[in-house]
Amino acid sequence: MSEDLEFAFSLLLNGASIGLMYSLIALGFVLVYKATDAINFAQGEFVMLAGLIVAMMLSFEGMPLVVAIVVTLAVMIGFGFGLERVVLRPLLGRPVVAVIMATIGLAAMLRGLGPVVFGSETRAVSLPIGDEPIVLGPASLPPIQVAGAIVAITLFVAFSWFFKKSRMGVAMRAVADNQQVAQAMGINVERYFALAWAMAGVVSALGGVVWGSMLGVDVHLALVGLKVFPVVILGGLDSIGGALVGGLIIGIVESLAAGYLDPYVGGGTKDFAPYVLMILVLMIRPYGIFGKRKIERV
Amino acid sequence: MFHRESGVFKTTYRADMALYPLPIAKWTVAVLALIFVVIVPLTVHEYYLSILNLIFIAIVGALGLNILVGYTGQISIGHAAFMSVGAYTAANLAVRLGLPFWITLPAGGLMAATIGVVVGMPSLRIKGLYLAIATLAGQLIIEWTINHVPAISGGAQASIQVERPSLFGVSFNTQGHLYFFLLFFAVLAIVATLNLVRSRIGRAFVAVRDQDIAAEIIGIDIYRYKLLAFAISSFYAGVCGVLYTYYFGIANYEQFQLIVSIDYLAMIIIGGLGSVLGSILGAVFVTLLPIVIRILMEDVGSLFFTTAEMANVISGLRLGVFGGLIIFFLIVEPEGLNRLWRNIRSYFRVWPFSY
Repeated sequence: MSEDLEFAFSLLLNGASIGLMYSLIALGFVLVYKATDAINFAQGEFVMLAGLIVAMMLSFEGMPLVVAIVVTLAVMIGFGFGLERVVLRPLLGRPVVAVIMATIGLAAMLRGLGPVVFGSETRAVSLPIGDEPIVLGPASLPPIQVAGAIVAITLFVAFSWFFKKSRMGVAMRAVADNQQVAQAMGINVERYFALAWAMAGVVSALGGVVWGSMLGVDVHLALVGLKVFPVVILGGLDSIGGALVGGLIIGIVESLAAGYLDPYVGGGTKDFAPYVLMILVLMIRPYGIFGKRKIERV
Repeated sequence: MFHRESGVFKTTYRADMALYPLPIAKWTVAVLALIFVVIVPLTVHEYYLSILNLIFIAIVGALGLNILVGYTGQISIGHAAFMSVGAYTAANLAVRLGLPFWITLPAGGLMAATIGVVVGMPSLRIKGLYLAIATLAGQLIIEWTINHVPAISGGAQASIQVERPSLFGVSFNTQGHLYFFLLFFAVLAIVATLNLVRSRIGRAFVAVRDQDIAAEIIGIDIYRYKLLAFAISSFYAGVCGVLYTYYFGIANYEQFQLIVSIDYLAMIIIGGLGSVLGSILGAVFVTLLPIVIRILMEDVGSLFFTTAEMANVISGLRLGVFGGLIIFFLIVEPEGLNRLWRNIRSYFRVWPFSY
């Protein structure tokens, strides 16, 4: 392989693995939107919160990683349930803008109080996977990216099974499809709303572990959440497969832009290219690649 | 205020829509003018004047956002980015061409309005959550552009130093002088907004917010009015950004980050969506809150935190309290402080009877 191709290959591979990690976070967003029609602007802050909890648990002497992750999962599930009960349920039936602003408020609250409660220093979440890059042909990946990609794919398989086969998953799809009919069929809609938020909590907990161990845990971890929007807009807001594909595309676009454009404009295209792509998608095909076409037009 | 309406009979729509709803309102305005123009600047200490100045700037920005979100119902998470457009336009014009503030200020506003229309374009096709995400992208792209293009940002630190404004040889370089400068623009913005919302345009905005399809059917060109709302709102934001620049003597992109957009959303939600008085109350509340938190923390917080942690704790608490208040007001009192004020007023209006 020539030098150029090798460079492109390693950019692609890097982008794809980062992209899968974006999909992981986007998944939490999609789960909530699919079931409850609520936009969660605090997805990145969920991840930050989970990261803070894991980092705090690990800072205790002799705490096994498994226990720390289980505790984080439990706390985030509780957080999801509580959040739905306290914030989202009173806003049912109110304009969509009210829910958006409530989650923006939640994001501000978590981002503000997180460092006050847990301390503002950057903490490490060390996973037992070593630092040796994993070599794949001409490219090499940090092991944390591989681990993140594996976690993401596992979750996607698990959630696909859940929605296709399990009783709860089918009920959840019914709720997503038509809330009134679902209620008429004896499905407790509010319980499934709460479940959706709890599932977002689960996804964020794992996202917090993976991203926290890659970037270190502090308030800036929440900025990862901003990348969720290009991913879900591209993939379609209510499509789980869309989150996967959207994440891959955004990750690859970002990596290629950084690799090929950064030398010309002096860096930072990574934080720029995804949003330009997103604006284009919004203009041309606002429901995304796999989203339902029912978007309300004006 | 608390005066009663007995004996006032309105027989025309024109009288009902008047700027002064009651004859006595002119006296209220005159008293307020006396307080703010004569008494406050003569008696109030410089430190408190500086707080008032910040409130005046915030009022301009909050009114702009309220026109867009509260009156027209188009959500925007990019308000701070429009401020930065205004701020950098004015700073570049003032520094490179040496133009006075009465040119740079409208120029900053117009530039922000132009960019605002571009960012608002998606609102023609999409609404609600998609528009929220599109304006978020606008905020991030504008932030990035200003930070990465030295021609706009003035190179190092992405900040431009600006001379204080001057008029007829008098430079507004003390808090007392700036007080009059900013008071003028705050009052101008308030009167302009009051007039806007009772005009044909304002009513069209409200119609688009309440039911866009119905608005279109009764003959309102909703494309035009949505873009107009974005343009006017961004113009206010641009002017607000220019005022910040002149007030601090520096244009810096860090004053206009995503967090600031959320501050302004907090102002209009806490104050009251779709209300001029609400914007003012919200601006006052949100500007005073961090000061109150800082005073409280300096007394109480030193028991729990070291001095080094204090700055972080205060900024964290500020953001946390804002977030909590946004949620609280959305759930408990969606009409905000404005509604609380109306409740108090209507209680006293019929006092001593309960209704």
